[in-house]
Amino acid sequence: MPIVHPEAAQVSAGAEATSDNALDPILQIERLTFAYPDGRVALRDVSLTLHRGEKTALVGPNGAGKSTLMLHLNGILNAANGAVKVAGLPTSKENLPRIRGIIGLVFQNPDDQLFSPTVFEDVAFGPLHMGLPEDEVRSRVVEALSQVDMLEYQHRLSHHLSVGEKKRIAIATVLSMRPQILALDEPTAGLDPRARRRLIELLRERSETMLVSTHDLLMVRELFPRMIIMDEGRVVADGPTEELLADEPLLQAHGLELPRC
Amino acid sequence: MHIDAFDQYQESDSLVHRLDPRVKVVVTALFILSNALLPDGAWAGFLIAFGLIALVAILARLELWRVVKRSFIALPFALAAVTIAFAAPGPPLFSFALGPWEFTVTVPGATRFLSILLRSLLSVQMAILLTMTTPFPDLIHAFRHLRLPHSLVAIIAFMYRYLFVLSDEALRLLRARAARTARLDDRAVGGSVLWRARVTGNMAGQLFVRSFERSDRVYNAMLARGYQGHLYTLSPHEMSGFDWAALGFFALALLALQIFARIG
Repeated sequence: MPIVHPEAAQVSAGAEATSDNALDPILQIERLTFAYPDGRVALRDVSLTLHRGEKTALVGPNGAGKSTLMLHLNGILNAANGAVKVAGLPTSKENLPRIRGIIGLVFQNPDDQLFSPTVFEDVAFGPLHMGLPEDEVRSRVVEALSQVDMLEYQHRLSHHLSVGEKKRIAIATVLSMRPQILALDEPTAGLDPRARRRLIELLRERSETMLVSTHDLLMVRELFPRMIIMDEGRVVADGPTEELLADEPLLQAHGLELPRC
Repeated sequence: MHIDAFDQYQESDSLVHRLDPRVKVVVTALFILSNALLPDGAWAGFLIAFGLIALVAILARLELWRVVKRSFIALPFALAAVTIAFAAPGPPLFSFALGPWEFTVTVPGATRFLSILLRSLLSVQMAILLTMTTPFPDLIHAFRHLRLPHSLVAIIAFMYRYLFVLSDEALRLLRARAARTARLDDRAVGGSVLWRARVTGNMAGQLFVRSFERSDRVYNAMLARGYQGHLYTLSPHEMSGFDWAALGFFALALLALQIFARIG
């Protein structure tokens, strides 16, 4: 079934807009190398810089190190070599609480992301632990749930929701912290076409800087002007999405495939 | 695919449902304490305690019989006390022989055993009423506001959230096994008992490893949203005059019951 891309013009416009912010890096990763305790090397000399407002996709086969990289962004994992700076702050212990307020990290499995009994409490968790007063927490929860179109679900129990609903609420749990960067791990994985479409429309409206790991290359083409390809722990390509997607030998070499339409 | 059998809550808008969850938790705890303090053989006292259960059930618009039926789940545990019927010294009630052994049930022994049985049934009935009239998240709030230890409340909250995830996972494992439990026409079904036991053991191990790994991921998700070792909650409940009145009524009723059971 053909998929229409009416927003293609907007995407390229977005790409131009980001070049204006080229002097305002919000996320800097320098020569990051990381091995898990069992000896498996997950990241090898990874360097990349994200500028404010930039929408970037992170693609690559399973086991390429995408999720491991995500966990380094807010200091959940700490590499022995290399450095991560968020809004100029190095990920040192003192900075972590502030950094975790700047980066909204959403995990792949919504059952891991949603750990509170009710939807409301889950969305309130972030703002509450940032030490905000109760009224502010409440208004932020309402705001975040409205932004993902899930306000009427606030008193529901998380385990009664569908995957699509859980994924949207998982995003609301970080929106309520008003982060400057959204780091999403496979936001469209496991969604049916309608839920996927709703999620894409939701991401399209956000103005935050984004780093989104995904296998959904059609979504990448629709939403993300910049694309980074990782394989075996390395960054193997980093550039404008349309250029990289047109390079079929490159995609093939790293186990990627753009569905034909 | 969900297992909802753990959710006992019965949606309604009765007086009992609207009570502040703290009141309900405190009243339940007091009721259980009062049962434990009722003397052996205070039959009238037990009857009055059951009257309180019936009153709550009627006010909550629940069928009393269903509450009683569910409380039978406590029977196997109460059976642990059955030895008391034989052990307590006193005049014999009746004897029976079991093979070479002769057993004698004494009057004080039987009285004590029956009392223990009634106490446990009544206590479980009140706890059942509590879970049927209070959504679980409200119960967790109540525990927090009643200053129960943080880690204990956190464990209960996580258990509630992940019990469903875990049971779904177990269900998927069972289905995967069922789907591959095939049979050829000319052979007996399945392997030896030992082999089956090993499969079941592996499944239990799988479940444990998966839960362990999940706990790691959940902890990461908490860290990512600013968790620094202390859980905070909002306080969505406020005690109304009616809540205080209900608390007062039950406290007085239980006090009166204790006095009555000791005098009468």
